[in-house]
This record gives sequence, C-alpha cells and structure tokens, in this order.
Amino acid sequence: MKQPLRDIVGGFYSLLSGMRVTIAQFFKPSVTVHYPHESLQMPARFRGHIELVRDPATGKAVCFACKVCEKSCPSDCITVEGAKLEGAKRKSVTQFRLDFTKCSLCGSCVEACKSNAIRFSRQYNLASTNKDEFVMDLFKRLEAEGQ
Amino acid sequence: MAVAQGKAPNETFVLNLGPQHPATHGVLRVKLTMDGEYITRAEPVPGYIHRMQEKMGENRTWAQYLPNTSRIDYLSAMAYTHGYVGAVERAAGIQVPPRAEYVRVITSELNRISSHLVWFGAFLLDLGGFTPLLYAFDDREKILDLLEGITGSRLTYSYYRFGGLYNDVDEDFLGGTREFVAQMRPRLGMYRTLVTENIILRKRLEGIGVITPEQCRKYGATGPVIRGSGIAYDVRKVEPYSVYADFEFDIPVFPEGDSMARYLVRMEEMGQSLRIIEQALAKLPDGPVMAEKVPRVLKPPAGDYCYAVEAARGRFAVLVVSDNKEMAYRIKLRTPSFSNLSLFEEVSQGMMLPDALALMGSLDLVIPDIDR
Repeated sequence: MKQPLRDIVGGFYSLLSGMRVTIAQFFKPSVTVHYPHESLQMPARFRGHIELVRDPATGKAVCFACKVCEKSCPSDCITVEGAKLEGAKRKSVTQFRLDFTKCSLCGSCVEACKSNAIRFSRQYNLASTNKDEFVMDLFKRLEAEGQ
Repeated sequence: MAVAQGKAPNETFVLNLGPQHPATHGVLRVKLTMDGEYITRAEPVPGYIHRMQEKMGENRTWAQYLPNTSRIDYLSAMAYTHGYVGAVERAAGIQVPPRAEYVRVITSELNRISSHLVWFGAFLLDLGGFTPLLYAFDDREKILDLLEGITGSRLTYSYYRFGGLYNDVDEDFLGGTREFVAQMRPRLGMYRTLVTENIILRKRLEGIGVITPEQCRKYGATGPVIRGSGIAYDVRKVEPYSVYADFEFDIPVFPEGDSMARYLVRMEEMGQSLRIIEQALAKLPDGPVMAEKVPRVLKPPAGDYCYAVEAARGRFAVLVVSDNKEMAYRIKLRTPSFSNLSLFEEVSQGMMLPDALALMGSLDLVIPDIDR
C-alpha cells in the first residue's frame, strides 16, 4: 500500500516542479525576433551567394576571368567569360554566370580565388516564384550597381 | 505481451509508417505488420533520400568532396567533416597544427551538444511533449550563433580543411563559448527538473525497448545506443583521435538498455562535452591553424586509409582508397544511424505501436545518414 502511494505523491511532485520551470519562463525576456518586422544582422563571415568585388582604384571588377573558381566549384554552377579589351594588359570579365539553383554555398570558389575578386554577399532573403531569377549574371549586377 | 507470431495473414494488417510522418524525422518508411495494437514485424524501407554520396566522392577532387561531408548527418556536420579530413590527412601525411586540433575539438563538441538538443526536443515531441523543444532550441540557437560567427553557416559548416581550418577563431567566439558553457550547466539541471524526473516520461520510457548488448554487437550499433546497453564503447576513448587523449572526461554508461538509458546517456554526454570544451578553451595553444605546404591539388599515395570519429550518433568511419590521382578511387562511409536502425526490426517485435515510436525516437535517427 505504501509504494503506490509514494509513487502517486512523487509523480505529482515531479509534475509540479516541471510546471514551476514553465511558469518561471513567463517572467523571462523573449528570445525570439519578430521577423519580418525586425531582422538580425548577419555575421561578418556569413556565407551568402557570391558577388564580384569592385576594384576601388579603377571602379571595374577585380576579376580577370582566370576561371579558377569555375574549376573549383563542385556543382558546376559558375560560368566565367572574359575578353581582352583594347589596350589592356590582361583579360577582364565580361560574363560571370552563377546558377544559384545548383549552388550549395560551400565557398570553394571564394577560397580558390587568389586575387580576392569574389566575396560572399550578406543577402539571405532570396525567395522567388521565378526560377530564372536564380541564374544571375554577377557581372551585369556589378555594372548595374555602379550606375 | 501477447505476440501473434505466425498468425494467418487475414488476422494481421499492414500499416505504413512514413515516408512522410513526423515520427520518422525525415523520409524513412517503415512497413509495420500489426496484430491489433502490437507489432509482429517492422520492416524499415530506406532509399527515399539516397543521394549517392559515396559515388560522388569518385568524381570530385578531394577538396570538392569536402562540402558533401556536412550533408550526410546535417545535425553533427562537424564530426563528419572531421572524419573525412582526418582520413585524407592520414593518406597525404599532413600534420595538423595543435591550435587547429583544439579548435576542432571545441567545435565538434559544441556541435555534439547542439545535435543532442535537437534530439531532445524532437524525441519529446514524439512522446507528446511540445514545450521542451522550445527550451532545447533556445540553447541550440546560442551554439548555432557561435558556429555561424566563425564558419559562416548554421548547419552545413564544412569548417575543416586538409591540414587545419577554414579560418581562425576570434575572441568573440572564445568569449561566447565560455559564456555558453557557464549558462548551459544550470540549463542541464533545469532539463532534469522539467523532463527527466517527470513521471509521465519515466512511465513511457522505463523498461521500454530493451536492447541487449548482444543485439548491439550483432547489428554494429554504436554511440548512445551501445552505451545505453552497458558497453563503454566510445571512439574518443577506445581509439583516441585528434587531441582527445589530452582531456579528462567520462563515458556515461547505463546498463539497463531501455529507452530511458539511452535518454540518460545523451543527457549526461552533454555535461561531458561541456567539460571537454572547458578544458580545451583553457589549454588552447597559439599558433597557425593551417599546416604549411599543403598542396593545392592533393594526390595522396596509393593505398587504403581509414579514420573513425565519434559523431553524435556513434562511430562514423571513412575509408578512402587512393590511386594517386586527384580524385578518390573509392570513398566508403560507415554511418552510425544505418546500423542503429537495423536493430529496430528485431527489437520492436511484439511492442505496442506508441512504444515502438518511443524506441525509434531513442535511437536518434537522421535519415540522410542512413540513405547517404
């Protein structure tokens, strides 16, 4: 007779002590952020989709289409085209196509780039109903930003 | 329990659990043959999320395969990357600097805690308790923020490189980790009051789904499953890798073999991980985080190389076969969830359906880890 009674009292106590934890939580500050009204700052090393870096001296893209990023990509999502402009010493990028539908944000391309011509963007709100929006020409994007 | 073994087929029925079912935590399908509320046969049917991870290793360069490793078990990606880079480092004979090894241990253990917290939340969700998940995710969020700060990603870190790390840890991370360790200790006590001592949980788990040490050996179960059956098998102790030999920590072992034992192993393990992190932070040496002279294009000498780590779910081993080319000849992955799932068929026989789900939850299955 004693054991079942002890079980009932002990069991009831365990429920009450659990409830005490839950009630104490009501008086603690909120831990969530009310997205989309508020949003968090991405950390400096955040790996977003890549973007081309502009050379502050010339105002043009640093990239000279050496295609190392294209080779390093495990998912074949980068296509780079370059051309030698008149009077220029080396090639400059004319097309930098990123197929973001295939990209897994591994960062191999950024690591492979020796001239720091690509970096991670901090964009993360990347939703669309149109698949074509994720096949982006980063060079055109950079040009458009410059204007 | 009255088990209807060998009953005529018209007295049993087939119940399809999954592939889309919250209790299977992914796309696992289990074909259950039921006799009323009792299971006479449970046949797991994996294959719905097979991505040919092993085959992919054969047509990518050694470095290109690296991001794949964090996508096998997405909840403990650090340990998986550790296994792969360890195997390749062994093959290519690369020495990792001590600071990198210590950071690897810190991040792997943080990842183990975050993985156990997901299991804790999801397991209790299976049992019908919603609130603990929110507490667990609150703590896990702190770990994810810390790891995101240094790796740039919240789940698929791919933070380790052949010979070191992607980048060095900063003061924010180290300070944040110290703060987290201090905060997490009382939280573990809180989990004990809120969940472990709860009478409903105890009644649901104690004596349910008993796995014997023999069954563990037969199916090659590892991790918390084997430690919950009374065998102190932990790769960190039995074949110490990285710098685990430098730390003092215990391997929690519970001999009961029931779902409660596996629950307790994981809860204790989080405390032990905190202990390791604390020691590693205190001992963290200065120096480079990348080995010198790691060739850009790796061509390890021909041969077989194996490296095993203790992931959150058990022993994860990578076997790489190199034929001195820039791609692997073969990559074999030994994942713990696959072995842990295979004992489900035998153990669940004669169990009631809700108890079998409690058993499945206590195995802590990650489906991409089964179907890699």
